[in-house]
This record gives sequence, structure tokens and C-alpha cells, in this order.
Amino acid sequence: MDPHPDLTPEVIRGLGWLYLLLAAMNALWTWREVKRHVSAGSIAGWAVFTTLLFLVGVAHVTGGAEPEQFLIRMPEWFKSRVDQLAKPTTYFTGSLLLFVAVIWLREWLVKPTVAWVLLNLAVLFMCLSLTDYDFRQIVGKPDNVPIVSMLFIVGFFTWLYFRRAVDNDQRIAAGRPLFEQEDNDKILVWPDLVYTEMICMIALTAILVVWGVVLQAPLEDPASAVRTPNPSKAPWYFLGLQEMLVYYDPWMAGVVLPSIILVGLMALPYIDFNKKGNGYYTFNERKFSIITFLFGFIPLWIGLIILGTFLRGPNWNFFGIYEFWDVHKLENLNNVNLSELVWVDTLKQPLPVASAGASEWQKILAILLRESVGLVLVAVYLFVLPPLMAMTIFRRFFVRMGFLRYMVFANLVLFMACLPIKMVLRWAFRLKYIVAIPEWFFNI
Amino acid sequence: MVLVALLLSPFVLAWTLLAGTSVIALLATARFMMPNVLIEPPRKFKIGPASDYDLGTVATKLVAQFGVWIVHTDQYRGKNLIYALASVCTHLGCTPSWLAGEQKFKCPCHGSGFYITGINFEGPAPRPLERVGIRLSEDGMLEVDKSIKFQEEMGQWIDPASYYEVVG
Ligand code: FES
Repeated sequence: MDPHPDLTPEVIRGLGWLYLLLAAMNALWTWREVKRHVSAGSIAGWAVFTTLLFLVGVAHVTGGAEPEQFLIRMPEWFKSRVDQLAKPTTYFTGSLLLFVAVIWLREWLVKPTVAWVLLNLAVLFMCLSLTDYDFRQIVGKPDNVPIVSMLFIVGFFTWLYFRRAVDNDQRIAAGRPLFEQEDNDKILVWPDLVYTEMICMIALTAILVVWGVVLQAPLEDPASAVRTPNPSKAPWYFLGLQEMLVYYDPWMAGVVLPSIILVGLMALPYIDFNKKGNGYYTFNERKFSIITFLFGFIPLWIGLIILGTFLRGPNWNFFGIYEFWDVHKLENLNNVNLSELVWVDTLKQPLPVASAGASEWQKILAILLRESVGLVLVAVYLFVLPPLMAMTIFRRFFVRMGFLRYMVFANLVLFMACLPIKMVLRWAFRLKYIVAIPEWFFNI
Repeated sequence: MVLVALLLSPFVLAWTLLAGTSVIALLATARFMMPNVLIEPPRKFKIGPASDYDLGTVATKLVAQFGVWIVHTDQYRGKNLIYALASVCTHLGCTPSWLAGEQKFKCPCHGSGFYITGINFEGPAPRPLERVGIRLSEDGMLEVDKSIKFQEEMGQWIDPASYYEVVG
């Protein structure tokens, strides 16, 4: 049997339907442009694009006999380029850049035409990529299909937020009333609201039924304590945590940081002193809170879910989206503790250990001496940085918040920053743990 | 009289009943901690003579049933040793796989890697794999005892019960 069954007629037909769907969407869009009386040139452009998509779709769907002829594939050079670039570092920097770009270019991005073009590009990218075997294996797994749709949903809602916020910011700048105040025609609960709810309910039920019938549950062998599937993936909503576990000790990544995330989210309303932005969308009036939240949510949470779902393969190695999941892929991941970097590499002497007959106290002292640099660094991070920040970047915040609230806030920010910091340290210096005391199960 | 009336008052009765039922429910839950049948492999088992294990190999055949690898190597401190490593990742407890080509144990969960000696060198695992007890029993077979553990970072690998030294 062919281990890499390439494009079968079913796959091509499925792609054809996807192209047809896109053509139908663009037909509606062209109609919208006609009604808006935009320039004839752009209407013609959309019409031509729609027709092209339609033809491509039809060719895919009907060309069952000799499907390879019609096929439009993702070019190989593009695939190998993407796979070469695929590394945790490029992925993380890329998502950060994208994040900055979205905020920077928000006024341009919220234009419907721009968003529509981006959506088209995203779907076309999916269509082309699906011609690749390895991509199809990852994206088409029954567990992963909902995550692909989630990506589009997250994109849409982020876009919607920015659209409303940019609109309101422009209104505020121009001294016009807010969208929420201007457009507050009251409607009736019955029938307007209840009907909407009922339609949503029916639509959602239908989607769930179709989903349940079409995508089979990805069941595996009976569980066994001594067999771990390779790769072993947490449920998708926990993949961020699983990725965190790559950089931190279980008690940090599994207990301390998640609890801080939960408690921190609950504490937000008590920390926030900005009275603006209450009951309406805005970006300019709440810049700091929104950027911080979006940073935690998009690159650090959604970004890590994508990373865990699509880019982590056997042995938790990093794979490009078009790369074969090779169990034997070799990656040099040797890493060292800070104590070794300090004592062995810099001071050129062995790690301090207590001599053979040493008492308990001497052993403890030896351990503390060994980890002293890391312990001091952590102490500086947690105890010196907050006052320092209060005097510099967060001066205004400190004055408005008062001591206690400011301390909670500063610690939450520091804990949020510790994940990207540790990732960067791991990648840049192969650093394993800043403080490594396996004797006491204490590693940071 | 007053006392009896008090004890029989609906308030006291209700609370007593509630407390009683809760205690019973709690005990019933505690009962689950002691299952009726427990299918667990024996903690001590014979693994055949030392000659079954070639130098420089890791035997993975016992992992499925007993959760140990039998390693025969001369890479740990230059001695020719056979020892049993528990197949439990010291990061979060997944079962790593032995990759003979790369000569390392590699964990599928977060990518920790261990040398054939069991020493951790990549990924997040903070300490080496644990050894379990091994000894030459009277009939010339090696016997593994999973009830004792030896941790390298605690300096326990020098304990002669944690390895079997092949002589000659
Ligand atoms: S459980 Fe093995 S690397 Fe996390």
C-alpha cells in the first residue's frame, strides 16, 4: 500500500466544493459592491475573480476522470521554504510581529474590503495547502478540524472588536456621539430577541448534529499507564499549558502559573482604575489594558494552541506545516542549568557539592551556594523590579493605584512576562532552569 | 423532659439525619479507595540471566508489563553495569520511548531526552530517570525489585542494590 496516498479524487472533489463556496461568497460580495455603486473597475475585478473561482471549482468537481490535470497545487519551493523557516523562534517572533502589526494597522484592517481580501487569501491558502499530504494529515484530523474553524472565528471576533473600537475612537475624536448611544433603538424581547435566539439555537444544533455524524470521534487504544502515544497531546484548550511545560517544571507550569492566570483574571476588575470604556467599544481610551489582554490571549494562548496542534509532532519536536512527521527527526536540544553556566562555563570549576560526610546543614548550604546566582536573579525579578517599575514606566499607575493594588498588578505582569522570557532564554542560551534544585523538587 | 423534647425537635432531627447521611456517603466514597480486585504486576520479578542482556543495549520488552527498561552499558562511570530504569519520565510521568538509532530515551509529551545512562540532557525533565532495585538471586537469575527506587541526584546510584556489575 502506498504510505503516502496523494490526492485522491475525493480530496479533489472536496477542494472543488471549497472553491465553489468561496466563489459563492464572492458572488455575494460582488453584488454588495454593485449595490454600493463603487467604481466599475473594482466591480469588474470582483466579478472576474468570482468567475475564475467558479471555473476552478467546477473543474475540480467534475474532472473526476483525470483529476491531476486540473489540479492547482501549492508550489514545492514555497513548501520547502516554509518548512525551513519553521522553528519555535520564527513562529513566536512572527506571531509577535503580527500582533504588533494588527494593532498598528488597525484603522486600515477594519475596512471591509481589506478584511474581505484577507479572508479570501486565508481560504485560498487553505485550499492550496490542502493539496499537500502532510498538511492534510494534520489539518484533517477529526480533533483538529474544529480548531481550524476556531482560527477563523477568533480572527473574525478580533476584527469585529477593532472595527467597533476604531469607529468609536474616530467618533470620540470628532466629538460625535458613540455608536452605542446613537444606535440604541430599543427592540422588543418578543418577538425580536426570542426569535433570534431560537434561530441561533436551531442553527447550532444542526451544526452539532452534522459535526457528530461527519467527523468520527478520534478514539485510540485502551489507555495504559505504561504506553504513551507519540506525540501525546493534551485537549486543544490545554495545549498552551502543555507548551508551557516544555519550559517549566511541572509544579510551575501545571500549578503555580495556571492558578495565577485564574486568580489574576478574577482580580482584574479590582486592579483596573480606568473608568473609561464602560459599556462601549474603544481602543484609544484603554490602550494599556487592551494591549496587555490581547497579548496574553492571542500570542500566548491562541498562538500556543496553534503551535501545539499543528506544529508539534512526534517526540514533541517542531515540524513545519508541510513536513512529514518523522519519529526520528533529530533536533539538538541539549540544554543546561544556569548553575552549570555560571560555575562550569564561566568560573571554570565544578559545581559545589557537600563533601561525603557532611551534615544536613552543610548539604543545604552547598545547594544554596550552587544555585545562588539563579536565586538572586529570581529575587531581583520579583522584589526589585516592582518598585523599579513603580518609579519609572508605571509611575502614573502607582500613583493612581496605591501600594497594595500596584503590587498585585506588578506581580501579575511579571508572572505573565515570565513565560516569554523563559522561552527566549531557552532558545537563545539553551537554558534549562534558572534555579535547579531537583533534590527539593524546586526548579524555576 | 425538656431534653427529650429538644432532641426530638425537627431542627435537631433534621441536622442529625443530614450529618448521618453525609458520613455514610463519605465512608462509601472512602470505600472506593480499596478496590475489590487489583490487577497489578508483582513488585519483584525475575528477568532471566545476565547473559540475556547484551552490552550496549536497552531491553524494552518488559516495559509493557512491568514498566522498566533493562539497560546494559559501560557508559556510566566506566563500569560494566546492568540496571533497571523505571519507564516514567521525571518531568510529568509519561512513558518515554527508547530510540536505538539516536541512543536516547525520548519523551513524547514535552520532548525530554535522556542518555542511555538515564541522565537527562534535553527538554524540561529536571532530573535523571529513576533506577529500581536489581540483584542476582540465588538461582543465577537477575531479579528486579520495583519497591525500591534510586535517584541519581540524591547520590543513590552508588548503592550496590541499584545495579548489577558484570565481571569478566
Ligand atoms: S512528561 Fe516527559 S517531558 Fe514532560
